[in-house]
Amino acid sequence: MGAEEAPPVKARGLVKRYDEVLAVDHIDLNVRAGDVYGFLGPNGAGKTTTLRMALGLITPTEGVVELFGRDPMRHGARALEGVAGFVEAPRFYPYMSARKNLELLAALDGRDAKQLIGEVLDTVELTPRAAHRVGGFSHGMRQRLGIAAALLRRPRLLILDEPATGLDPAGMRDMRLLIRRLADDGITVLLSSHQLPEVQELCDRVAIVQTGRVVYEGALADLRRQGGASYRLATTDDARALELARAQSGVEHASIGEHGLTFEAQESDVGRLSLALGQAGVAILALTPELATLEDLFFRLTEGDPLALAA
Amino acid sequence: MKPSTLVVLRWELRKLVSQKRTYLGFALAVALPVIFVIVEGLRHRHDRGGDSIFASEITQSGLATPVLMLLFLSAFMLPLIASLVAGDIVANEDGNGTLKTILTRSVDRGQVFAAKAIAAMIYATIAVFLSAAVATAAGVASWGFHSIRTLSGTVVLAPKGLLLVFAANLTYLIPLLTVVAIGVLLSTATRNSAAAVVGTIGLVIMLYIVSTIPGLEGIHPYLLTQQFQAWQGLMRTPTDWAPITHSAWVCALYAGPSLLAAYLVFLRRDVAGG
Repeated sequence: MGAEEAPPVKARGLVKRYDEVLAVDHIDLNVRAGDVYGFLGPNGAGKTTTLRMALGLITPTEGVVELFGRDPMRHGARALEGVAGFVEAPRFYPYMSARKNLELLAALDGRDAKQLIGEVLDTVELTPRAAHRVGGFSHGMRQRLGIAAALLRRPRLLILDEPATGLDPAGMRDMRLLIRRLADDGITVLLSSHQLPEVQELCDRVAIVQTGRVVYEGALADLRRQGGASYRLATTDDARALELARAQSGVEHASIGEHGLTFEAQESDVGRLSLALGQAGVAILALTPELATLEDLFFRLTEGDPLALAA
Repeated sequence: MKPSTLVVLRWELRKLVSQKRTYLGFALAVALPVIFVIVEGLRHRHDRGGDSIFASEITQSGLATPVLMLLFLSAFMLPLIASLVAGDIVANEDGNGTLKTILTRSVDRGQVFAAKAIAAMIYATIAVFLSAAVATAAGVASWGFHSIRTLSGTVVLAPKGLLLVFAANLTYLIPLLTVVAIGVLLSTATRNSAAAVVGTIGLVIMLYIVSTIPGLEGIHPYLLTQQFQAWQGLMRTPTDWAPITHSAWVCALYAGPSLLAAYLVFLRRDVAGG
């Protein structure tokens, strides 16, 4: 497979051990072209360590990670062609201006990017502060400068580690909009984040890691379906409907509330229940699926029993 | 597109130019000769003569000043100035997290390492010649551009004396750049600027102490600190090349493994700081 056809990120059996501590435990990742891929997990789950290995900053104890088919350990800087981003907070030379920092980084990319620097500063709305020393920048401005530095590389893959951390609500919203815009421009985004609503809004595929292992990887929609949706049901006879729901296998936690009946079930079981209701002469007025939120699923996967979810 | 190592070096130098710390070393290199000339000028109004042949010659020719300054500064001050930057050049970036910033661009680690090591060496070289230039200018301004007496007692004309001053400083770079190599190794290995700077200068002090321990005379010729005075071979007529060639290979034995070890550590290390 040629490098152009290879997936943006493919990790196989990635392990990182620090003495007795197993930080990353046989992680597999598959980021496809065009994905906005959420990389989730509690603190210390191994997200940043995995991203550092992906960028060639640290050496895996075992396994391999490839960016567009190239392993940073074997190909060095060539493996990062078309790749940009930052792990943890982006860092700059505080004694230099924002523009000078970007000029330095552009030079290290082998290009004279004076015009491009103006463009990326505009994109992150830092043009008015371009001549100011980075030492005086707020956290949010540094985060945006980090994005600008990444965009200088005209990346096809953007790796962002907690880009919204420490930002105020407006900053978080702006960051979300920026990532959305970049994704719409065709850039594949690998986004590590603690902001679950942000991931739910932005990402189409996710990997969830817990204590160094991937406990789920795949489409976010599939995860939410697998999570077992809850449903809200309004009928002509809720009491009878509750009786039938409780008798139906695969339907759980059925109860009557203020707005009708609620229960949890897989799609196939809901179909059987609706047939049973029809046969019993109970008309369905409304049947509304309420998918589990990413936050619910995240906590179920990272604090509960992941196998229960898969089942 | 991968940039050349020269581009990386240029930016390493620009980073040095942008930092106040850089000028602290240069200020020391400039201030000491000026202070020396002022103090000597005042002292010689009352009391002529001195301990070394150059000290007694100090008011006879301005060219004696850079030679005497090299004698004084070569032992401790110039190694300190060199280690200020060498010990900091990798560790500082590691601590600030900027190492990960530059290592995720289109440059290989080897290029970054080479640029940093060369930048530290250029800094040390500039410090030596800046000090020599200021000492020469101050000396000549105070006592004139006259012929100078060498260590072997021969009088050489001023132009040749100037050439000898230049050559002596050039020769002194051999052990000084070795100090830089050790500083870069400690900077890379410890990831801590203070530890690397103190460690480098501490090693120099330790070697001086070792050179005073009775019974260890046999190792004196192989101590790095002994090589700091090798340039004095140029100040004899005819030139005594033996200490210079000896210094060259002894220093190579220190610098080569230090740079190689630093390179390998830099190449293989995990960059997790910042």
